[in-house]
Amino acid sequence: MAKIVFKHPESLKENIFHYCPGCGHSIVHRLVAEVIDEMGIRGITIGVPPAGCAVLAYNYFDVDMIEALHGRGPAMATAIKRCLPDRVVFSYQGDGDLAAIGIAESFHAANRGENFSVIFINNAVYGMTGGQMAPTTMLNQRSTTTPAGRKQSVDGYPVKVSEIFSRLDGAAYVERCAVSSPAGVNKTKKAIRKAFQCQLDGLGFSLVEVLSLCPTNWKLSSVDSCKYIDEVMSKVFPPGVYKDLTGKTGKTAEARP
Amino acid sequence: MNKVLMSGNNVIGEAAIRAGCRFYAGYPITPQNELTEYMAEHMRNAEGGIFIQSESEVAAINMIAGASAAGVRVMTSSSGPGISLKQEGISSMAAQELPGIIVNIMRGGPGLGNILPSQGDYFQATRGGGHGDYRTIVFAPGSGQELADLTMDAFDLADKYRTPAMILADGMMGQMMEPVIFKKPKPRQYPEKFMLRGAGGGKSKFIRGLLLDPVDSEAHNWKLARKYEVISENETRFEEHRLDDAKLVIVAYGTAARIAKGAIKRLRSHDMKIGLFRPITLWPFPEMRLRTLSATVKNFLVFEMSTGQMLEDVRLALQGYADIEFHGRPGGAVPTPAELANVIARVYEQKD
Ligand SMILES: Cc1ncc(C[n+]2csc(CCOP(=O)(O)OP(=O)(O)O)c2C)c(N)n1
Ligand code: SF4
Ligand SMILES: [Mg+2]
Repeated sequence: MAKIVFKHPESLKENIFHYCPGCGHSIVHRLVAEVIDEMGIRGITIGVPPAGCAVLAYNYFDVDMIEALHGRGPAMATAIKRCLPDRVVFSYQGDGDLAAIGIAESFHAANRGENFSVIFINNAVYGMTGGQMAPTTMLNQRSTTTPAGRKQSVDGYPVKVSEIFSRLDGAAYVERCAVSSPAGVNKTKKAIRKAFQCQLDGLGFSLVEVLSLCPTNWKLSSVDSCKYIDEVMSKVFPPGVYKDLTGKTGKTAEARP
Repeated sequence: MNKVLMSGNNVIGEAAIRAGCRFYAGYPITPQNELTEYMAEHMRNAEGGIFIQSESEVAAINMIAGASAAGVRVMTSSSGPGISLKQEGISSMAAQELPGIIVNIMRGGPGLGNILPSQGDYFQATRGGGHGDYRTIVFAPGSGQELADLTMDAFDLADKYRTPAMILADGMMGQMMEPVIFKKPKPRQYPEKFMLRGAGGGKSKFIRGLLLDPVDSEAHNWKLARKYEVISENETRFEEHRLDDAKLVIVAYGTAARIAKGAIKRLRSHDMKIGLFRPITLWPFPEMRLRTLSATVKNFLVFEMSTGQMLEDVRLALQGYADIEFHGRPGGAVPTPAELANVIARVYEQKD
């Protein structure tokens, strides 16, 4: 009998993604769904999609979901997880959502060591609203609101979320990945699994930053977008494990009743 | 049940916990800090009680929205600037049909204003406050006892209609000490099907916010509008005080109504036939009752601790069938009953 090597994840509905061809959101959705399937946690998972290109994520994930206002996912996720501590809760956020308008909610959820996971899509632009500058837009990168490229003198520097959040005592696990290659995709999936395990183990806040393609607003082909991640983005936002307390025992388990 | 002497802020907190509120998030702001502190202290002893001092009012409202979706009774509280920050979240709770209680202990505004009692947030409270076509149920308690009763009722109505409800009081109500009796709360009636707690073995659910399809979006708006109509028909509350022979009726709510009662007592002892109409729900506004009154009473005086906000609702209610005078004290000014009595007497004598 033939062995099934590839199938539609059960935690993903049959609906067709509205994402642009080559969009990183599609890849990450699939990875999250696969992890949910493999961990057998579909029935206890609650997701909080953002305002951003992933705003309709509830049409795709076959788990309970509530859409948050722009940037406020971590506040909602905090409350849901506190009320239902035995559920797996994740917020799914873009870079504008997490690092601009919602930086306070994200920062403080991490700092409190809230026991949920953030899937953070860093595509260096505001995808949904048409390619404006994001907090993660790189110096000299063009966007519709930095037509001559991002200038440090007026726009400041790209915000390095993993570096910053890993410094917070409440963060238990922070890793930055990239979905620009098969190896990167596999790594991202492992990281998502680790983040969910981290919350099942009650260790505290976990965040997986994903360098993610936005071919539409980068005005690049999918292939060139992958190259762009590998050759440009990864230099500014180096992938890697920024914090990992998952191996340590006893840590913060007592902090969360 | 025994009477207890408590400050208004604490009464709201105690009533909420007794009503089964098990999630509170808030951010310090005067004059409502005692309520936040009360929740910090007493949620600890309530089974399953969760208290979070949030990083902002924005976070607080989104936290209660999340907890509400999870199926818990929720409350947040603030004042002036903090309530303004919550508006996007309140609009979203109305849209997502999430029950929850927002307490506004009004202070002087606009802007940072001051920390004195005021009624300048009437428009914000009764017109929805945030963006979009929605309403919130707004209770305006007039005593410690009403703070207790209406807080409990607000939880029931928020659940019944799956919509946020507001307790609109002010710094004076929050601070004042009065004896209250806490009634026995009704058991909660809120179906599990509205709660988001994980799909288990069944179908997954979602609560969305964005309705891109105009057909969906219009239908959702009309659905909400029909709900607000039902609320208007069934949940309007008001008090009538010494109206039977009144020639002049004061219309006032909350602290202003308390002051008006003091003034009316004085004036009645001088044989002036003055009564009080006190809206208890500001939305829905007791419009019909007020209009009916205009068949027998031709002179009204609206008194507010603002430059005249409820005044507009009184005008809409009376539709020109009666004369309306206005007296307002904005920005944290609180007149004594004696001062107000002078104003009322002047109007009364002009009309007499
Ligand atoms: C309060 C508020 N301000 C602005 C918006 C408009 N808005 C929606 S998504 C978005 C930016 C999304 O960018 P990002 O978070 O990076 O997500 P992406 O679309 O790139 O995945 C903005 C500005 C909004 N929905 N709410
Ligand atoms: S705009 Fe960018 S992020 Fe949004 S769906 Fe298209 S490719 Fe994806
Ligand atoms: Mg983005």
